[in-house]
Amino acid sequence: MTVSSAASVESSSVALLRRLFLSNYLVLVLTVLFFISLAPFTPGFASANNLLGILAYLLPLFIAAIGLTAVMITGGIDLSVTSIIALTSVVGARIMTADGSGGSAAFGLCAMIGLGVALGAMNGLTVTVLRLPAFIVTLVSMMFLSGFAIWLTQSKNIDQLPQAFLQLGKHLPFALTITAVPGIAVHLLLRKTVFGRWLYAIGQNATTAHISGIPTRLITFAAYVLSGFCAALASVLLTGRLETASPVLGREILLDIIGATVIGGTSLFGGRGTIVGTFFGVLFLTVLDNALNLLNLSQFSITITKGSVILFAAVLDTMRQRIARQTV
Amino acid sequence: MSTPLVQFSGITKSYFGVEVLKNISFTLPAGSMTGLVGENGAGKSTLMNILGGNVAVDSGSILLNGKTFVPSTPQESAEHGIAFIHQELNLFPNLTIAENLFLTRFPRATGSPFIDRQTIHRRTSELLAEIGLDVSPQRLVETLSAGERQLVEIAKALSMDARLIIFDEPTTSLSIRETDRLFALISRLRERKLTMIYISHALTDVLRLCDRIVVLRDGEIAGSGRADEFTTERLVTLMVGRTMNQLFPTRSGKPTNQTLLEVSGLTQPDVLRNISFTLKRGEVLGLSGLMGAGRTELARILFGLDPCASGTVALEGKSLNRLSPRQLIQRGFAFLTENRRSEGLCMDASVADNLALTTLTEHGRTTVRWLSNESGRKAMQRIRGVVRLDPKASDNQAVRTLSGGNQQKVVLGKWLLIRPRVFILDEPTRGIDVGAKYEIYRLIYELADQGAGIFVISSEMEELMGLCDRILVMKAGELVDELPREEFDRERILRGALGGTVFQERSS
Repeated sequence: MTVSSAASVESSSVALLRRLFLSNYLVLVLTVLFFISLAPFTPGFASANNLLGILAYLLPLFIAAIGLTAVMITGGIDLSVTSIIALTSVVGARIMTADGSGGSAAFGLCAMIGLGVALGAMNGLTVTVLRLPAFIVTLVSMMFLSGFAIWLTQSKNIDQLPQAFLQLGKHLPFALTITAVPGIAVHLLLRKTVFGRWLYAIGQNATTAHISGIPTRLITFAAYVLSGFCAALASVLLTGRLETASPVLGREILLDIIGATVIGGTSLFGGRGTIVGTFFGVLFLTVLDNALNLLNLSQFSITITKGSVILFAAVLDTMRQRIARQTV
Repeated sequence: MSTPLVQFSGITKSYFGVEVLKNISFTLPAGSMTGLVGENGAGKSTLMNILGGNVAVDSGSILLNGKTFVPSTPQESAEHGIAFIHQELNLFPNLTIAENLFLTRFPRATGSPFIDRQTIHRRTSELLAEIGLDVSPQRLVETLSAGERQLVEIAKALSMDARLIIFDEPTTSLSIRETDRLFALISRLRERKLTMIYISHALTDVLRLCDRIVVLRDGEIAGSGRADEFTTERLVTLMVGRTMNQLFPTRSGKPTNQTLLEVSGLTQPDVLRNISFTLKRGEVLGLSGLMGAGRTELARILFGLDPCASGTVALEGKSLNRLSPRQLIQRGFAFLTENRRSEGLCMDASVADNLALTTLTEHGRTTVRWLSNESGRKAMQRIRGVVRLDPKASDNQAVRTLSGGNQQKVVLGKWLLIRPRVFILDEPTRGIDVGAKYEIYRLIYELADQGAGIFVISSEMEELMGLCDRILVMKAGELVDELPREEFDRERILRGALGGTVFQERSS
């Protein structure tokens, strides 16, 4: 090694900054920095209770974002996640409260999952067989399904759900397991399996993928099914945490889910994105939201701040892409 | 002696410590046409990018009309009268011809904020008449053929009072007739004393059109002078830096008599009519024809990408009708498409990911299909060696950053990994330098010698005649002629491809 001079120290620190900037952990680092710098001024921010609260709030968001990440890697989008959350919530609750006994909890859970998968399959079929743009397909699903959920319940919440079911969302270890298992599974699916590689290839260039013999329709379809499945799981957690099934459940978190996925490095144009990145994105947005709430800001300023942060993240990401491309 | 229009002196440029241009000096006399040739990566594009304001020089200077010229943006370069006619055209397909021509400087009707449509349509009509394109100024550009679009590009250059027009591989996507029309226009432009640079791999065109030629090799001028001092052989020698005795490798094997693929009566309304032929094991079969004759369409139908109304395709006697590309790949079909960027590669993905596209399932364990990195990596390394991919290109490098020749080798590698039995190649050497072409021909022969059937579509007659065992000629969706190697005859192929109807083609 050469003797270190002032210049080389400087250039190595520049190199370090550069590596950090291009690193996949940038969002995590920013979250930590944000947390550390705000903790002294924000009452209760660093308390154990608050951190557990952040975690509980984060889990359903993350699980819905897992499915969305897979869809977005193919170059698609799923705007219907939150309406799937709402509809599965009220349908599951209807079934569970039908006879009043606790025994129907398992059946209700299965129905929720089944419904989520079916709705995802419906989106997937429309996108792959009718070849409509994903944006339109899932926008229509969103409108249709939320309308249907409200009609079904006549806009009323459904309470008195079985305790066994509520515990899935309320009891943190359960909720954590329900999130972590699919999280790790999809992470491995994307990183280690042929399915994952195919998903990325389709997002990068669907024509090339098709000509190379990749079953593009089947794989794209599977991504939407996965998204429906994840939305149903998110619905289980949300319904449990709020102890009530609501036809407007999750209505306000759609943009958070999409925003967090994009902050986490998933490209809106497909071909790029990871589950780890999405997790960081969700963490970042949740911590930010929490801090703004603790600071007693009005709902308007919270939304404005969140919007600016997502914009900032998008600008940052574009810069990173540009620099990364030049470096190669 | 008048001042030259452009004078390059001592142009030097490095990227990441690698010198791509070393002390380049030459002049473009006003009113001359200079051919610029060299292999991919020789520095032609960098030099032109400097002139076009996309790239800054490290040292050296450009004089334009005797004055120092340092363009920092493409706009600045355009304002100084430098116009590029690119391989990829810079027109907006969703706008009309007139709108494209006047996009940056729409004239307004006096005293109103609205565009003066009459003026731009009149001016556009004049310009179109000048370049000999007989279409309405209000036609959408997307309804024009590739050749017509190119003419519109030239009209655009003329409308901006260009003093220097740079043609970068203008003929790669043109049919023979469109090429002739382009060349006729170029000679008219020469009579008007416009200065032009002509960049092409088609050396015969360069020799025919230009009065001066500059040969670049590895960022240096390998030779320059009057065009009549050069021959194709001498140009090739200068470009590759060694004597290329032959453009084609020697063929050791021979086609067999065993039928591999049998196509009969393939018909799709308005596309193909009653196409029948056989492909033998170990045979290199060529397909010639004009652009629009249905060659690519035939390839796409054979590969299961497009539907076909009637007819049969059989591989060793087994019917292949209505199979998907995926099922055909499993039976040993491979298809190198004419457009490697949009159909052959994922440009932003790495070399390794692109090579793996066709064979991922082979390297996964059967049940869950986990990627076994070890066997995949081994196959990858082997195939890199087989196609002789540039060793400097790393496995993780995005294919976008590779030269055209290396990109094509990645596509070839991807297909060779499936050990193809029927390999369809559509314009396999388009936009690729002489050295890489030779490598691709070598791979084609190797594969044929191992018993595969090769089906090559090409617009370059020399390529088909040099490479193939047999050539089919296609015209307007029909096979019109078939020539075994002993009967190869340029004129006969052209006659077949042009047929009698060609001069009525545009009258509709």
